[in-house]
Amino acid sequence: MNLSGMNSMQRTLTAMSHKEPDRVPFFLPLTMHGAKELGLSIKEYFSKAENVVEGQLRLSNKYGHDCLLGFFYGPIEIQAWGGEVIYYDDGPPNSGEPFIRKQEDISSLEAPVIAESKHLREILRTISLLHEKSAGEVPILGVAISPFSVPVMQMGFEAYLELVYFEPRLFEKLMQLNMNFCAAWANAQFEAGATAITYFDPVSSPTIIPRELFLNKGFPVAVETIRRIKGPVATHLASGRTLPIIDDLVKTKTGGIGISAEEDLAELKNACRGRLTVIGNLNGLEMINWNSDQAELAVREAINKAAPGGGFVLADNHGEIPFQVSDEVLGSISEAVNKYGFYTYSKGK
Amino acid sequence: MDNITEHFKEALLSSDEEAARRIMYESKQHYTSLQFIENVVVNILDHIGDDWEKGEYALSQVYMSGKICERLVDSLLVDHSVLHKAKPKMAIVLFNDYHALGKRIVLAHLKAGGYKVTDYGRMDTEELIERACKEQIELLFVSVLMLSSALRIKEVVQQIHQRCPGLKIAVGGAPFRLNSGLWQEVGADFVGFTAVDALSIASSFNGGQQS
Repeated sequence: MNLSGMNSMQRTLTAMSHKEPDRVPFFLPLTMHGAKELGLSIKEYFSKAENVVEGQLRLSNKYGHDCLLGFFYGPIEIQAWGGEVIYYDDGPPNSGEPFIRKQEDISSLEAPVIAESKHLREILRTISLLHEKSAGEVPILGVAISPFSVPVMQMGFEAYLELVYFEPRLFEKLMQLNMNFCAAWANAQFEAGATAITYFDPVSSPTIIPRELFLNKGFPVAVETIRRIKGPVATHLASGRTLPIIDDLVKTKTGGIGISAEEDLAELKNACRGRLTVIGNLNGLEMINWNSDQAELAVREAINKAAPGGGFVLADNHGEIPFQVSDEVLGSISEAVNKYGFYTYSKGK
Repeated sequence: MDNITEHFKEALLSSDEEAARRIMYESKQHYTSLQFIENVVVNILDHIGDDWEKGEYALSQVYMSGKICERLVDSLLVDHSVLHKAKPKMAIVLFNDYHALGKRIVLAHLKAGGYKVTDYGRMDTEELIERACKEQIELLFVSVLMLSSALRIKEVVQQIHQRCPGLKIAVGGAPFRLNSGLWQEVGADFVGFTAVDALSIASSFNGGQQS
């Protein structure tokens, strides 16, 4: 629905400039629902760019949300590194056994060449096709997993925590490899036509590591990686808390932050005002049990808390809406945004 | 909180195993081994788990604390094997997905509480039901990270309750924390929102009595 003449790109860019657009932009990160639309299994759906492009366009038409995703699933980067990915019928593909089996493997590790990975090439083709179809009217979001967080899939969470705490030399070596790859991967997505990159960095969240450790480890990695990425970046801590490190995140030069459902949106909006666009924070896991009324209430509350003044994009808390969330709930979210999200409407009220 | 407990907590939060071990040895003037486990280790892990849930500590601190305590209690129990709690007969499993940290943390907490637990590693439905029933497990901890894995627990619970009705199932992991009614939806008998909840569940299973 477009009542004002502002398209999704203009709406999102206005909001991210901390001004009020015609209505609150909303992102539904529907990575898997396109498979349902096309009547394909999740594995088939992700097997070629054309499926994902068609899925994204159908979902965009259906719900009228303000982004297109040039993203398949998190562990696709792991496939590029030679790791294993396991597909499910009802959830996102998951990384399998870590390909770094012991810490010493890091010494001889080499980063993949993007052009040589058929999986990454398929994502670039998706972004390129979406860019062509959207004619610059809808933001196309790419994703790069942070060099500091991707080792959870590369070597397993427990082994990675041991590396972070006790093996500074190998940690540094792995970060150098991952930073080179991450920046190159993000820039390749910009070259293909992405509008912005979501820098997924859950390990940096205070939910996962204390702030002091983040400042010593994840923060310098984020500063350096984002510096090398040649386009706008928004950081997402994938359901992890953000408030204690908001000031630090501003220093990484990111433009926005995905907020946890466990945090108060109004409090976060105040902390980020004029500095970071707040993206969130509808609870994706609760969404699977919502009815239309609950969806409407959640959208209304979020808009009331965070919309005034711009600098807000309504979205889920995790950066990926579960496959089990019904079309009815997604439709209700969309209707509620169009009911409560117009800035003129809220001013009139 | 007394001085010993306070210093022990500081050592754990700083991941300083040597300091924690020193405090444990020095505390022998004040506590028996069992008292140290119950009054200091379990108490502190309880505080750290609660404060993690409130957002005051990080998961890495919960992990490191559990792991250090597991090693310390192991060394205590080498000399006092009689203190091992063998009841209820427990196992823990990472179900369906490949994210093992949650299970590792819960296992460390249970061992730090003096419990004997069989680690099943990672398993899928059939293998899990078969083994848990065959080994006459009384309390099974099931850890997941992915929502799709959490939803599949429903089938495990149904089959286990049919085939070995005495076996109780406790679930835990991110999907259950972020959707607080999900554990009932999958039919679990217990839910743990933090690792230390596993200790309360194990203890309540015995009517709150130490075995």
